[in-house]
Amino acid sequence: MKIRAIAFNTFKEAIRDRILFLLLFFAAVCIISSRVLALLTVGDRVKIITDVGLASISIFGALMAILMGTGLVYKEIDKRTIYTLLSKPIHRYQFLLGKYFGLVLTLFVMLVLMTLIFLVLIFLHAFRIEWAMFVAIIFIFFELCLITAVAMLFSCFSTPILSTLFSLSFYLIGHVSWGLETLIEKIHSGTVKTLAQILYTFLPDLENFNFKTEIVHNLSIPPKIFLYSTFYGFFYTAFILVLAMLVFRRRDFI
Amino acid sequence: MDTVLRIENLHKSFKTGFIPKRKKILKGLSLEVKGGEIFGYLGPNGAGKTTTIKCILGLIFPDDGRIEIFGHPHLSLKAKEKIGFLPENPYFYDYLTATEFLRFYSDITLVKKGDRQSQIDRLLDMVGLKHATDLQLRKFSRGMLQRIGLAQSLINNPSLVLLDEPLGGLDPLGRKEMRDVIVKLKEEGKTVFLSSHILQDIEMICDRVAILVEGEIINQGPLQDLISEKVLFTEVTLSGVERDDLGGLGEPYSVAGERILLRVFDEDKVEEVLQRVKEKKGKIHTLIPRTETLEDLFVGAVKSK
Repeated sequence: MKIRAIAFNTFKEAIRDRILFLLLFFAAVCIISSRVLALLTVGDRVKIITDVGLASISIFGALMAILMGTGLVYKEIDKRTIYTLLSKPIHRYQFLLGKYFGLVLTLFVMLVLMTLIFLVLIFLHAFRIEWAMFVAIIFIFFELCLITAVAMLFSCFSTPILSTLFSLSFYLIGHVSWGLETLIEKIHSGTVKTLAQILYTFLPDLENFNFKTEIVHNLSIPPKIFLYSTFYGFFYTAFILVLAMLVFRRRDFI
Repeated sequence: MDTVLRIENLHKSFKTGFIPKRKKILKGLSLEVKGGEIFGYLGPNGAGKTTTIKCILGLIFPDDGRIEIFGHPHLSLKAKEKIGFLPENPYFYDYLTATEFLRFYSDITLVKKGDRQSQIDRLLDMVGLKHATDLQLRKFSRGMLQRIGLAQSLINNPSLVLLDEPLGGLDPLGRKEMRDVIVKLKEEGKTVFLSSHILQDIEMICDRVAILVEGEIINQGPLQDLISEKVLFTEVTLSGVERDDLGGLGEPYSVAGERILLRVFDEDKVEEVLQRVKEKKGKIHTLIPRTETLEDLFVGAVKSK
């Protein structure tokens, strides 16, 4: 009940943020411009629209998660609204979870809006909708849940600018770290292989949530990959949230 | 009376500066607040008043010491269920209306659904904001924010209310209204912990006070015990007498037109002053014996520290 009250209040606050709607506007522009891009391209135009559309949803969703998430806790501390809130009979973890779920709810609504624009565009072009696209979008949502948790973790102890830099780094590293996996396969043995393995274990691999290529090119995906990605997302997000709670638990609000 | 709030040997320090250096804010602070009283927590700016309150509320963690609220450790939910808090210069979610704002806090404090609206209406009426129920907080004046802040501190019907500088920044009428509400809280059986540096207000409504200077309590107790009833001097406003005629009787403090404000430090000389004025066919306008005030006590304590 307490978490729900904070979550709904966070949602109310977030949907009043102009940055959110600015990003939604640019996301819509990008998704719609994929139609123009498709006209200029040789090949299956639906594939181009799907590819650009899903990429736009993913990138703008991540930007929303980072820009909103990094101010999530910091704003409460900066505006001192946290004083009255934490003086009430609530645990600090309940406050954090409330803030987190509030933003996740906001991102869900934004994702639904972006998806609607995307689907309308696809339908107007091809007069059919590939339901497999929803799989890609669901995993984009899982990725956003994780990025939100990371942004909130940084927001617990850092300023919004630094938190944004850290979170963007997390996002970028997360999308290139799969290169390490290839490197590990290529190296036969030795210290470099061990180091690469250790590094790959700790670095995020956000490509686990990327099924855009498979969906666009109608490739089959084994169910165990879905299962692995779901578990990866769930446990990584839970780990980051626990970390945020630990950081927040003993923090002084001066 | 039962002890509602007990603080024992509280220490708190912060790291400050580019090369972190520990600065001690609270230095072994101990105090007790009894049930049903208005406890005045006095101190100059930077003495550690807000730091003490933040420690009580669990917003910051003390380095050492113990805090108990109604016998419970101060961080427990049982303790927090019994307290309400109004911060200094409160900032709230300004996109909410007064009713939405109080509903949010009633959700957090788990006020029973059936009681929620009646509690909100009662509080808005109590703090004089019934006319502003649907107004967004961003349109509120400073005084209105202070009042809605007080209402949120009472949403869970707390037994102990902590008010940090509730009278600061209010106009005289606002201060009087806030004082009246605080007294009303006491009449309802609540205990009020009032941190302030507006001495007149503290003197008017507090039962007991503690004076905090540089993180240490240097004086505490019932107001009547702390302030001596002995007459310090008598202020006499008179006219029709030359200043030179009053030589040796007292200290002419100020002269406005014909009127002279004379401070007579020796009680026996008050009679002589009256006699002298009578002889010179002058006029006595006022005669006020001045006992020690909280301000005298406070200034003396701070200076001695």
